[in-house]
Amino acid sequence: MSVRVYVPCDAAAVSVGADAVAKAIADQIASRRLGATLVRNGSRGMFWLEPLVEVETPQGRVAYGPVSADAVSGLFDAGFLEGKPHALRLGPTEEIPFLKHQERLTFARCGVTDPLSLSDYMSHGGYRGLEKALKLTPQAIVEEVTNSGLRGRGGAGFPTGIKWRTVLNAPADQKYIVCNADEGDSGTYADRMIMEGDPFVLIEGMTIAAIAVGATSGYIYLRSEYPHAFRTLKRAIAIAHNKGYLGANVAGSGKRFDLDVRLGAGAYICGEETSLLESLEGKRGQIRFKPPLPAIEGLFGKPTVVNNVISLATVPIILDKGGAYYRDFGMGRSRGTLTIQLAGNIKHGGLVEKAFGLTLRDAIYDFGGGTASGRPLRAVQVGGPLGAYFPESLLDTPLDYEAFIERKGMLGHGGIVVFDDTVDLARQARFAMEFCAVESCGKCTPCRVGSTRGVEVIDKIIANQDRTQNLELLGDLCEVLTDGSLCALGGLIPYPVQSAIRHFSEDFQKPAPPPPASGSNKAQETQSWR
Amino acid sequence: MSNKQRWDADRALSLIRELEHLPGALLPILHALQDEFGYVDKAAIPLIAEALNLSHAEVHGVISFYHDFRHHPSGNHVLKMCRAEACQSMGCDKTIRHVENRLGVHLGETTEDGSFTVDAVYCLGNCALSPAVMLDGKLYGRVSPEVAEFLIDSAQRHA
Repeated sequence: MSVRVYVPCDAAAVSVGADAVAKAIADQIASRRLGATLVRNGSRGMFWLEPLVEVETPQGRVAYGPVSADAVSGLFDAGFLEGKPHALRLGPTEEIPFLKHQERLTFARCGVTDPLSLSDYMSHGGYRGLEKALKLTPQAIVEEVTNSGLRGRGGAGFPTGIKWRTVLNAPADQKYIVCNADEGDSGTYADRMIMEGDPFVLIEGMTIAAIAVGATSGYIYLRSEYPHAFRTLKRAIAIAHNKGYLGANVAGSGKRFDLDVRLGAGAYICGEETSLLESLEGKRGQIRFKPPLPAIEGLFGKPTVVNNVISLATVPIILDKGGAYYRDFGMGRSRGTLTIQLAGNIKHGGLVEKAFGLTLRDAIYDFGGGTASGRPLRAVQVGGPLGAYFPESLLDTPLDYEAFIERKGMLGHGGIVVFDDTVDLARQARFAMEFCAVESCGKCTPCRVGSTRGVEVIDKIIANQDRTQNLELLGDLCEVLTDGSLCALGGLIPYPVQSAIRHFSEDFQKPAPPPPASGSNKAQETQSWR
Repeated sequence: MSNKQRWDADRALSLIRELEHLPGALLPILHALQDEFGYVDKAAIPLIAEALNLSHAEVHGVISFYHDFRHHPSGNHVLKMCRAEACQSMGCDKTIRHVENRLGVHLGETTEDGSFTVDAVYCLGNCALSPAVMLDGKLYGRVSPEVAEFLIDSAQRHA
């Protein structure tokens, strides 16, 4: 058997040169006439080690990284095909502490297999969940998902099983499964990784959802910023279709399920489920009033399951191993695993799948190794641009939905963005309002107008104009946004703003910065950047 | 990205015909037009409206809602620079300022010679390798001012 050499095709790995490394390895294999095969796998999620090259040896896979194209020839000289020593050798992949101490359920195959090899997928437990689901009644499938305690991983944390039950019980001639792959939160990339690294698990999860609720058609709504994932999903869907796992007769069951990928067009708000549905229908991505819930009147007015990528990609293992197996991980009402994404100013940035309950501190220091800059950590934003900024003193908060809510924060999609002591939280608060102004869909006044007013008020606070009154005004404005907005964008944008004021008040009390020399900088900064 | 076709109504119509049968066909059609021509020409609006039985205003409303769709041709190269939180924490502002100075444009603008369009984006999903940019559809990580300089130079060489 020829040696297999793995170089990730994940967009992040490619962003630091994985394609050039893969080409250099292929060239060396050819010119040295070696019996080795190059495999493009997903990423293991240890991004500071990318491009991470692995070699399959009789003792298991051995990792080398970060590998540059220039280093490839030297690796061959050192005998890396036999796993021999080299300055870049990291040892057996599974023994790297970052990976070893994880509990990979949803991401079990990501980085291990060739994402577009259905036989790889099957030999690593793929489609066992669907096989079991096809032997169950729809009610029993929904029951299994409900029992697992799985909650929406997109951020809202709504129990997935309850959503499915509502759609199952809604009578209709047509139902839909929609996957929300509009992963717009800064600091998050788990959806992208699984779509690029193990696309069949998402397809399988959506197929199980379809069988459970009686849907025959599904869409993955993917953000346009992910062209790489788009190509992978298109190819994976075609493969699944050709092999009889999608289409008129899913796995010989006589049941139909058609699946397509649709691209968004750069609107953050389309990650909100009703905006997403509007967008899928070909309209402006403006949010809808609820009720009716999408589970009753969703896509094209039909009952629709809208779930996040990670929620759906977790369904196969729940069906395969049972709801109880999954529920045994986690704490309190947060069951199973969380896909933590370490991001921003962090030494060891990457994906950590771990049972709920790990503390922020352990995630950032034990896994992440502290800041990338080596400077002291000052603030952490969890849960994307609508999440709160936490100071060092809150780092012992466990990663758990309820624990974050108690501390006026939000776990969201599990993204953790670390900032060192050079951060200015007044600027971050201003950015939150600015972002909301750029991305507001415009439907409700608090968000549409309030966000722009928020930028102006924070500018005045920074400029030390009537600071006390303006801070009070900002508090009132945040209250209006919280209580009066139609969706989570306007409703949660006060989180980063108010947490910045609450925990970092000194940043709002600095002397006013000197006015810009020509006045042009100011004009530039207040434009909407679009 | 300099391989974009000049606006051509017949070609646009045939792209529309290929996709008009899809449920919710408008976004796929707009993406197809922009992929082909680099922007969505005003002249496409009546063609789309006719094919999908929509008003001109409805089509225009959708085009203007989404950040992606351009009303004018882009530069030969499109550089999308992330300015979301994770990239901020790693100094994306510095890289952005550097690129703006180098090319003489602000975010959202195209250089006078039409070689570059520089856009702001909010997250490219490369947040463990910040700052991130996307140049002509290709993602790059850890983009310091020096790396940005290198990317612009190599793009210009292959103009």
